[in-house]
Amino acid sequence: MDISVFQIIWFVLWGVLWAVYFMLDGFVLGTGFLSGILAKNDTEKRILINSVGPVWDGNEVWLITAGGATFAAFPTTYALMFSNLYSALVLLLFALIVRGVSFEFRGKLESDTWKKSWDMAIMVSSFLPALLFGVAFGNIFKGIPMKNDFAAYSYSYDGTLIGLLNPYGLLTGVLFVLLFAVHGSLYAAIKTTGDLSKRGSDLANKLWLPLLVVAVAFLGYTYPATKLYNNYLNAPVLLIVPLIAVISLLLVKLYTVKESFHMAFLFSCLTIVFVVFTGVTGLFPNLIPSNIDPASNLTIFNSSSSLLTLQIMTVVAAICVPTVICYKIWVYRVFRARVTDADIVGNPEAY
Amino acid sequence: MNVVTLSQLQFAATGMFHWIFVPLTLGLSIMTAWMETKYVTTGDETWLRMTKFWGKLFLINFALGVVTGITMEFQFGLNWSEYSRYVGDIFGAPLAIEATLAFFLESVFIGVWIFGWNKISKKAHLASIWLASVATNVSALIILLANAWMQKPVGYVIRNNRAEMNDFLAVLTNDYGWIKFIHTLLSGYALAAFLIMGVSAWHLLRKNENEFFVRSFKMAAVWAFVATIGVAVTGDMHAVEIAEHQPTKFAAMESQWETKRGVGMSLLLIPDVARECNSVDQLCIPNMLSILAFHDATGEIKGLKSFPPELRPPVLPTFLSFRLMTGLGMFMLVASLAAIILSRRQKFSEYRAFLTLMVCAIPAPYLAEQLGWLVAELGRQPWIVYGMLKTSDAVSKSITSTQVILSLLGFTVLYGLLGAIDIFLLVKYAKKGPDKDVSSIINVQGRG
Repeated sequence: MDISVFQIIWFVLWGVLWAVYFMLDGFVLGTGFLSGILAKNDTEKRILINSVGPVWDGNEVWLITAGGATFAAFPTTYALMFSNLYSALVLLLFALIVRGVSFEFRGKLESDTWKKSWDMAIMVSSFLPALLFGVAFGNIFKGIPMKNDFAAYSYSYDGTLIGLLNPYGLLTGVLFVLLFAVHGSLYAAIKTTGDLSKRGSDLANKLWLPLLVVAVAFLGYTYPATKLYNNYLNAPVLLIVPLIAVISLLLVKLYTVKESFHMAFLFSCLTIVFVVFTGVTGLFPNLIPSNIDPASNLTIFNSSSSLLTLQIMTVVAAICVPTVICYKIWVYRVFRARVTDADIVGNPEAY
Repeated sequence: MNVVTLSQLQFAATGMFHWIFVPLTLGLSIMTAWMETKYVTTGDETWLRMTKFWGKLFLINFALGVVTGITMEFQFGLNWSEYSRYVGDIFGAPLAIEATLAFFLESVFIGVWIFGWNKISKKAHLASIWLASVATNVSALIILLANAWMQKPVGYVIRNNRAEMNDFLAVLTNDYGWIKFIHTLLSGYALAAFLIMGVSAWHLLRKNENEFFVRSFKMAAVWAFVATIGVAVTGDMHAVEIAEHQPTKFAAMESQWETKRGVGMSLLLIPDVARECNSVDQLCIPNMLSILAFHDATGEIKGLKSFPPELRPPVLPTFLSFRLMTGLGMFMLVASLAAIILSRRQKFSEYRAFLTLMVCAIPAPYLAEQLGWLVAELGRQPWIVYGMLKTSDAVSKSITSTQVILSLLGFTVLYGLLGAIDIFLLVKYAKKGPDKDVSSIINVQGRG
């Protein structure tokens, strides 16, 4: 098979890995930064943390895999994406580090100051990634100021951290925050009981309209700010992708009102996945465009690994990814029950 | 300082910090799995209490190993983008494979193990700790194969102004990587065993839970001794590889300046880098170095002077790290042998001096681990990929020294804080001792 077939396979996989990561970590981040609003006392906080306890780490691995896959399949993109967006990604890294240890450390000492500090740490370190991922992807959709000469192997970048905080980047950031907020609230609604669960569903209900407004603004602003619509104009059949995103978002509201929160959560998953697909479909065949020089775009063709490496990685992915999905489904089934007071008190291992 | 030096400093600092936690994860995960196996097969409650107690320390330590690992993966792109672009066709693959094959398994089943005590059967619970610990060990193999490629590049061809893979099997079967893997893995087992012995000794000195800690100590002593022997044997095999493929690293490790046949090994050696010789050179064992390097008494060792100064690694730190690491290894061998013999005696818990020594010995393997990596990575300089790509050519072009200073500061503050908290918690829970009551688990899981 021609190398371009594998480049396209890896483009699709690249999009899928990011989409699944946002779908899975989205509710962990959402419950994290909303924990101050959702949970009113220590027990409720612990219930919330323990509702994501068995799965958060496995969910984060999708990010590591997305990073690893970018490195293996598109090394030039990996190299330039990480070094060009250095400061933003270092901040992101700090936040993810703090979030991970917060879960583990919070319950290890019986002290109010200790627990309150980690509560604050969880909120900040969950909010920052949600916002920063949005800002980063907004800028990727828009293109970043880089000048690359692929024939001469010379690459330059002329952007700053502040430059990433442009209106479109920030709007995408807010979109991600609201997507994860609704997602996390619904997760709390279906994974806890009593008041906590009720607060989750109420919050999801309340945040839905702001989310819709921002989503519409995002779709509108994307037209002047990016070139994402070009692919859709060339092949209108692709419009099915954003259409699924919009319909899913509407169904989130419908099922929330009908108090069928499991369905609402399911469609919230679909919304996130198809929002990411919407952006990624618009990017093709670019991975990261340049907004100053179209010839500098990092595409799947000019930044990929060799045919052999892509073939090997395709075999690895074909074996590993379905296996991972199988045992992850098993784990979600094992821990499908709602988390209650009794779980926290009865289990000394709980967070 | 320039971007290269700052980035090197940052990679070294974050890497060494990561490596405070990983060896214990490698060793303690397997040993915890072993304890739970004993519990499931014998039904003896003490094994369950051991699983819970040592497993708790494992988890506190595990958290920091995981989060600091993400930094390592990101940094190749952040600070070393020229490297990533140049070797990504080969180096990216193991990183992606590590994530899909090992990290998922490890993180998912650690979650099952922590939260699954009352949710799944005894056997399924046991399987989850085995899956998680085997996955951590597999991830060590994959990342060390990647590191081995930087030390001894194989299976590639230079094409399109980069290194492209032409033989994946060669990358996977790189003997340099396999020896390094076994050396590193066993060093982690030894470290974990020394931690168990040290903590047990601390409690035995206080007459706390005698039976529990004597049993833990006895088990760990055997692990420590066997693992340390393995570390020594693979260390010897590794030295042979280094002498053959990385002559500058070998010469710096031994502070060997002249190229000679049948070189001896001096026990007392002080390098004088400025004058390119050793200012003190005493107690020489004839032909020893040639034997160590080539298993041949007359083998020729290339001295540092055979290489231009700009291609030599920093001699003094490489030499000192290697000597100190080897010394610590020998101490561990003797200490663990003594531990096996003494712990079998009736009056073991009264040997206060020895128990105190074992408490104080906890940091020894930690130090040896760090020194080992210093030898491996400093000794490779000035190359990032030995003989192929210089470290100075590998750094990202779009980052400024201000950016790296800020991130380095951030890492220092954040890691310093988290490291202090983690060690505080480890000490707190180690001192607290095991829970008396494990009936909540037994009642749910059933006896025997």
